[in-house]
Amino acid sequence: MLEVRNVSKSFRGLRAVRDVSFEIPEATINALIGPNGAGKTTIFNMIAGVYAPDSGSIFFERKPIHGLRPDRICSAGVGRTFQIVKPFAGLSVLDNVMVGAFLKEKTAAGARQVSGGILEKLGLGPKRDLPASSLTLPDRKRLEVARALATRPRLLLLDEVMAGLRPTECDQMVEVFRELNRSQGLTILLIEHVMRAVMALARHIGVLHHGELIARGTPDQVVRDPAVLECYLGEETEV
Amino acid sequence: MRRLLEGVPQRGLILLVALLVLLLVFPLFASGYLLAVGFLILYFAYVGQAWNIMMGFAGQLSLGHSLYVGLGAYAAAALYVHFGLSPWIGLGASIVLCALAGAIIGFLAFRFGVGGVYFAILTIAFAEFARIGFDHFAWVRGSSGLFLPVANYTENDLWNLRGSPEMFYYLMLALTVGAFVLCHALLRSRIGYYWLAIREDPDAAQALGVNTFRYKMLAVVLSAAMTSLAGVVFAFYYNNLFPEQIFHISRSIELILGPIIGGIGTRVGPLVGALLITGLAEGMRELMLQLGIEVPGVKQVFYGLCLLLVVIFLPEGVWPAIARKLKRHA
Repeated sequence: MLEVRNVSKSFRGLRAVRDVSFEIPEATINALIGPNGAGKTTIFNMIAGVYAPDSGSIFFERKPIHGLRPDRICSAGVGRTFQIVKPFAGLSVLDNVMVGAFLKEKTAAGARQVSGGILEKLGLGPKRDLPASSLTLPDRKRLEVARALATRPRLLLLDEVMAGLRPTECDQMVEVFRELNRSQGLTILLIEHVMRAVMALARHIGVLHHGELIARGTPDQVVRDPAVLECYLGEETEV
Repeated sequence: MRRLLEGVPQRGLILLVALLVLLLVFPLFASGYLLAVGFLILYFAYVGQAWNIMMGFAGQLSLGHSLYVGLGAYAAAALYVHFGLSPWIGLGASIVLCALAGAIIGFLAFRFGVGGVYFAILTIAFAEFARIGFDHFAWVRGSSGLFLPVANYTENDLWNLRGSPEMFYYLMLALTVGAFVLCHALLRSRIGYYWLAIREDPDAAQALGVNTFRYKMLAVVLSAAMTSLAGVVFAFYYNNLFPEQIFHISRSIELILGPIIGGIGTRVGPLVGALLITGLAEGMRELMLQLGIEVPGVKQVFYGLCLLLVVIFLPEGVWPAIARKLKRHA
């Protein structure tokens, strides 16, 4: 469904992402992990169209999408959340989600109905009329997800949506994604530091380090990979 | 109609209808002077509403709206003076001209990522180009001013916009009501939601599939076109146009005071703001006249004072504060 081919990106000489390639099959949940500054969000931003890769290509449903504007990529069926949440602070929670829903719904009534359903699913139903600026950080993360879901994506990019959630809240969120994946065949790519969520959700994991993909496989394979252990825990040395 | 009224609080609706009735019967009691003040209030309410689409809804600060007032006014007036064309035909030219001017400014800014303060400076620059350019534009008599033929009209000629102040008052009232209803409908549609999203966070809006360029352009073009209508009425009401006056930056500032004081981004704000600021400013001028005090520039000082008070005590504007009060008592 998504194919990233030999993608590289530099910022003023700093190679943020080097020659990364991976594929995501339809209706799967995948995770991208790695230490801070490994280039995870940069890859996300290239998929979502925030910037174009310096070299390499990205295909979504066999069509090239690298270099397209973010709104075009969203219209093509790729939804995303922001690591640093970007709520429309002056609007109500419901109105925030309606902005997303208008991508597929032409009327306000239709958009309101779709948005209401999504808010219920994410446990934000009782807060729908509050201004988004009054939400706590965990609720803002939920709002990010709700807004992205309202565009009815076929591929959802989640950038650290579990950060700051309590374990029980994290489990709830995991359940929501599982359910969406199961019932609607939603494909998910998530960046996450909360390993509890990664292990519970992802079927495939890719590990990034210094902009390079150093390992990929199932969760069990990845946590035993020596290269991964090295980058997270440091090299084994004789004492 | 029912869709438009959906979700409007009854108390607010009653208030609006009462205000409309008051405005409708106002000319029956008002003296010539008061009627002129009433016209000014409606004029500022209307252009404030048009400006508010750009700033209040889509978040694009224009400090050069006098450009659209002036272009609209000059286009219709020149066609009338030179070819005897009805202002209703000239209006078409005004709208096209202003929409085009708005589109050019919007394109330059949004295509090349000029935002915020720099966008505002760009709008000032274009208004200044027009002011200086029209000063030397012989076809419209340059800096010596364009005058419309004036006579004592015994009856109102709506087709040529020649007639009594009452006619202009009602025309401006119709425009103001129309703009209010249009803004209300827009804010409830996808366009309105997209505008607010762009105002709040353009990156997030774009990630949700909003073509930010297209919707910002739409806001600028619509705002410019609406403002040009006010320019046409202005020209035929005052019958004289000077580039130094109509394109002057103080005019641009004057017309945004209403929505700022009333409440940026609200539908009722521009109305309340115009009522307050024009009403009070004219009231004060009249009072000073009665008292025989003559201080030049007192109106500007008054505007500054109003702005200061609102910024300190009601940073969202007067209307949101009133609306909250109304809601609490409902």
